[in-house]
Amino acid sequence: MAAFSYLPKHSGSGEREAPTQLEIKLRRKARFNAALRYTLLTVVGLIMVYPLVWLIGASFKTNAEMFSSPGFWPSNPTIQGYIDGWQTSTAYTFGRFFMNSLWIIIPKTIGTAISCTLVAYGFARFEFPGKKILFASVIATLLLPNVVTRIPQYLLFRDLGWLNTFLPLWVPSALAGDAFFVFMVIQFLRAIPRDMEEAARVDGANTLQTLIFIVVPMLMPALISVCLFQFMWTMNDFLGPLIYLSSVDKYPVSLALKLSIDTTEAFAWNQILAMSVLALAPSLAVFFMAQKYFIEGISTGGVKG
Amino acid sequence: MGGDSKYVGLWYVAPYVIGLALFIAFPFLASFYLSFTDYDLLSKPEYVGLDNYKKLFTRDRTFDKSLKVTLIYVFTTVPLKLVFALFIAVVLNYRLKAINLFRTAYYVPSILGGSVAIAVLWRYIFADTGLVNMAIIALGGEGINWFGDPENALFTITLLRCWQFGSAMVIFLAALQSVDKSLYEAAAIDGAGPWQIFRSITLPLITPVIFFNLIMQTVQAFQEFNGPYIITQGGPLKSTYLLPLYIYDEAFKSFDMGYASAIAWVLFAIIMVLTLIAFWSSKKWVYYAGDKRS
Repeated sequence: MAAFSYLPKHSGSGEREAPTQLEIKLRRKARFNAALRYTLLTVVGLIMVYPLVWLIGASFKTNAEMFSSPGFWPSNPTIQGYIDGWQTSTAYTFGRFFMNSLWIIIPKTIGTAISCTLVAYGFARFEFPGKKILFASVIATLLLPNVVTRIPQYLLFRDLGWLNTFLPLWVPSALAGDAFFVFMVIQFLRAIPRDMEEAARVDGANTLQTLIFIVVPMLMPALISVCLFQFMWTMNDFLGPLIYLSSVDKYPVSLALKLSIDTTEAFAWNQILAMSVLALAPSLAVFFMAQKYFIEGISTGGVKG
Repeated sequence: MGGDSKYVGLWYVAPYVIGLALFIAFPFLASFYLSFTDYDLLSKPEYVGLDNYKKLFTRDRTFDKSLKVTLIYVFTTVPLKLVFALFIAVVLNYRLKAINLFRTAYYVPSILGGSVAIAVLWRYIFADTGLVNMAIIALGGEGINWFGDPENALFTITLLRCWQFGSAMVIFLAALQSVDKSLYEAAAIDGAGPWQIFRSITLPLITPVIFFNLIMQTVQAFQEFNGPYIITQGGPLKSTYLLPLYIYDEAFKSFDMGYASAIAWVLFAIIMVLTLIAFWSSKKWVYYAGDKRS
């Protein structure tokens, strides 16, 4: 289909002649084609985005209005859902749960960025015994379903006394356990020329200095992508905290939200929706501030999601 | 780099090697062993041979049901999602001014991924008197019992994941944009129609990305947990009781670690076999120009 966008330009070949019948026909067809695409994309786009818009609107509705109109604009806007929902039915407010989420995310993200940088540097810039098989294991891990390692991991963390702490969520990532990120940074690093690094080495810098002062600055776009994805995935992670955290005071937002559903859904929908909006807000904010990095990250390594 | 010892690289990859050994390789082998044991966390694992597997395949009706819905789920969700993602990517791959705006709008739902809030949203818009039924009734149709009817519940989760087609779409779009434009022009001059161009030029050139998306989405779909766990709790009548839910219940509710490991290994074996078939068949249908991707 895309052919039509190039053909008229091509057959014009520089000289300004009166358009031929064929050209007119093709141009008309191209314009029709574009209109059709815009219509389709707009309709699909609205269907995609409307649930989220509705969610935001509904979080300001009263319980009675929630299921009475499909519109997103509340007739009597109220922030009662936010006020009540924030308090929760537990001894803690959502403030506590957001702090917990943050306290999981920040060390995990920093650990991921540092370990991925070191490991990717090792793979992309050095030859060493066993490199081939280790690199193959990165790819294998990328495809390995977590479901098969989860139970022994749980038992391991239990024996280490790490249950109901954030360690099971931090440590594997800090040891470059997210193969997707390792792979992404390796791919990115392979595409960067080595001239600068070689010059630095000739001037007497050791490999670690070269990594810190030359490679890391050039890797920045990839590392930002890694941090953003890790932030988003950890914010939304549910199964990890569900398995490893048992006391409510350690719950991140995702678990707290599930708890609110179980305890208050029967009578207070607006509270659940209000807290859902808050739970999505950090991810949405980060995404809109740094879209470019997401799209680039995804095109470098491909992504799940 | 010339003068370094050949072990320098190993130091840099050491964190990965430690993580691989501790958190991947060891648990991988341990879960295989556990699948031949009876282990309730209180006493030591007791070796029971093939008992777990025998029970799975001969006496466990829940497993039959769970396996069946898992396969149905994967084989509807993955094709629907990929075809839709490819279709939208093709429509979007045009000289449209608003291409970035559309790409963003489509990408947002998938970036929110498995978040609990999105599952909550789904419960509300597919509720009996929710947004979707209100729209259907407004258009003159009849409301559908999305989650209450075992016939529909699984499909509602499929719809949720199809709604999140964005990241597959972005990957398709990047591949489409890298197709050499002169090929299109040459084909058009030779009189090929748009459908012919798509089938004989575009599609073969993007097969590596189709392959990549197919594998990743399949592996992921087999592990779907958050959607059914939060939206339907596996019900009604276990119609959304996917294998990962069953494994979770056996391991962390019944504390039957051996049996849960056996189910996990069956699931793993299915994913492996399908992945191997995909890799094996890829020689016949995936096109590699030189070796651009490694």
